[in-house]
Amino acid sequence: MSEDVSGYLDYMQESIKKVEATRASRVGKSFTPMTAEERQRVLEEYHPDWKMDQKRELRIGPSKGELMPHEVADILEAHSAINPDEIDLSRIDYDVDVLVIGAGGAGLSAALLAEENGVAPDKILIVQKLRLGDANSKMSQGGIQAADHPNDSPTIHYLDVIGGGHYYNKPELVEAMVKDGPGVIKWHEDLGVLYDKLEDGTMQLAPGGGTSRRRMHSCKDYTGLEITRVLVDEVVNREIGYVEFTCAVEFIMDDMGQVAGAVLYDMDSDEYKIARVKSTILATGGFGRLHIQNFETTNHYGATGDGIVMAYRAGANLVHLDSTQFHPTGSAYPEQIVGQLCTEKLRARGAQPVNKDGELFVYPLETRDVEASALIRECYGRELGITTPSGVKGVWLDTPLIDIINGEGTIEREFAAMFRNYNKFGIDIRKEPMLVFPTLHYQNGGVEINVKCETNVPGLYAAGEVCGGVHGKNRLMGNSQLDLYVFGRRAGKAAAERAKKAKIGKLNLDHIGRYENWLKQEGVETERKSPILLPEYRGEKTLEHQLKIL
Amino acid sequence: MESNADYVTIYVMGKKHEVPADLTIMKAMEYAGHQFTRGAGCRGGYCGACATIYRKKGSYKLEGALACQKIVEDGMYIAQIPFSPAEKMTYDLDELRPDANTMLEYYPELSRCLACNTCTKACPQDIMVMDYVQASLRGDIEQAAKLSFDCIGCGLCAVRCPAEIVPYNVATLARRLYAKYIDGPSQHVLDRVEEVEEGKYDDEIAHLMEASKEELSELYNNREIDLK
Repeated sequence: MSEDVSGYLDYMQESIKKVEATRASRVGKSFTPMTAEERQRVLEEYHPDWKMDQKRELRIGPSKGELMPHEVADILEAHSAINPDEIDLSRIDYDVDVLVIGAGGAGLSAALLAEENGVAPDKILIVQKLRLGDANSKMSQGGIQAADHPNDSPTIHYLDVIGGGHYYNKPELVEAMVKDGPGVIKWHEDLGVLYDKLEDGTMQLAPGGGTSRRRMHSCKDYTGLEITRVLVDEVVNREIGYVEFTCAVEFIMDDMGQVAGAVLYDMDSDEYKIARVKSTILATGGFGRLHIQNFETTNHYGATGDGIVMAYRAGANLVHLDSTQFHPTGSAYPEQIVGQLCTEKLRARGAQPVNKDGELFVYPLETRDVEASALIRECYGRELGITTPSGVKGVWLDTPLIDIINGEGTIEREFAAMFRNYNKFGIDIRKEPMLVFPTLHYQNGGVEINVKCETNVPGLYAAGEVCGGVHGKNRLMGNSQLDLYVFGRRAGKAAAERAKKAKIGKLNLDHIGRYENWLKQEGVETERKSPILLPEYRGEKTLEHQLKIL
Repeated sequence: MESNADYVTIYVMGKKHEVPADLTIMKAMEYAGHQFTRGAGCRGGYCGACATIYRKKGSYKLEGALACQKIVEDGMYIAQIPFSPAEKMTYDLDELRPDANTMLEYYPELSRCLACNTCTKACPQDIMVMDYVQASLRGDIEQAAKLSFDCIGCGLCAVRCPAEIVPYNVATLARRLYAKYIDGPSQHVLDRVEEVEEGKYDDEIAHLMEASKEELSELYNNREIDLK
């Protein structure tokens, strides 16, 4: 730990004493889950999604009229980052069958499956803004759902997903996800992903918010890291083509109206490159770094919503972007890690959210939207949170319960990452609680797809967080990890099949001119350009991330 | 937000900057005007993109850290190592056996390990790197897999190793071998996959897919919850 920080401040310690005083009485006790009516009420009163002044209807394009956060509408109601007149489409830098944009869980899976389905490794190109595998997928801590235990079934999983998503999910996508789930785990094990097991060799399974069974498979609290590094290793082993620090900025169309490539931007040399492609898979992830409603985020550095921008310019439909996931427990202190994820698995293993007086105030495993709303209510509705010196409010997540309930050593063994991260700032989560507050976590909506991951634009496939429809208006823990591999694999297979017979016509960027016309027709006057590619944190902006949410 | 802390002096690749004392190295560099393309990833200690070396004024010691996890200190001279040239061998996992021969076939430099422990000292995750290198060398794949599990592949061990071993690539091979061949698949996963392929759940799920929102919410709100 650093000499500059010494764990919690004195006034926080006073509150921690109250938490300690009630701890023994809370062991083995829980809080009654809310009724459907109570859930609806807390969502409407406290969930950021219900703050209508924070959203507007999109003014242009095929999904005109869709409600979405201002920050998302801003990057869609914007000029292209490129001037089509300055792009020479006759100089092809990469001529491939399958282009995968983004190298998180979905993109890596798609590339592997494209290869397994007959595309030569050197006819696949993965482009990635950061390094292979640097994505939200890698940051997943708690686990991945799949209904493979004898007391569980894909049917039960289906009901949990669709109820948790408030029945807005596309049924066929949910069906695909829950049925493919066990097969994804089998695929991972075959590739050498090391899952947590019980002594008898069965999976160690945990519950999650809104799950009716223990269904969460984990690799300690490095689940995404373990899966991602195996997939990266395998992509390299198979000599699949990839180029890092290169991002896509616009699709290229052909005269048959198909997506036929992409304009790429080399972030090292500031040059544009042209990829001509038969099938394109969009796997760019989400938009956490847009800091919706000024929330801090759990997301990685590159999560700037580039994919929805490019897809929309090419004419793809967008769905459910009015709904954003705020993870109930982001770190609220210490300052250096505000907004970072404190995995839901902490609650699954017994940690309870308690207020400044040490009172448990909510069932710890409500669905994420409801749990997050209850935490916001405790801080801003009931004023029973703790305020940090920088003005961030939070409640306690009483982690010492985990070792009390499951035995000493559990935290160090199962939450190695959390334990390590907090230790660096002088906080021992085995003995002291964590101060938490909801944080921007996941883009629930996005590009519309079908079960083959086709969008409404020919030649364009999409998979992972960039898509909408799978999780409805609220995603359950562990279903994003599953979604990545289910739909990444499906996209890779479908894109490979298409690439075998697709013919590419004359390339053009006419859709960018069309988009300009839409902006003009609807009177959108702006200097904004998108995609933005990286967030701006330089200078004083480093210090600007105060929560100004209520 | 207003920073409550004092300011400290740091040197980013030799250039002097005054920055708030409570910032991480990553945020301090941004405060000083750097926009990362390389050298930043998850910003939360999970990806290893921000490997950084530094030396404090008056100290002989060259130290390593993750820029997103380390708070700046007065007089720090900082340089990032966003990429380490490292040989990653390619292999077909299906053709391998989980033993010392495999480890040495792909990474023969393992036998050059001096047991000097420099790798362990360099690790920002406090992993016993030398111990898993030694375990790999003697074919204890299980130990190598488990000891290396928390590795985020930042590369700091590889740039310090005097025997020029790339420990994190060795570790990836060990973990994949252990998971596939020693730990092995869970039977209940294989059984369920077979059931799904046989269509066992098709009718049940088709029924749910056709149900109205009212029927679904009735089923959802009254579903059996068994978290035992």
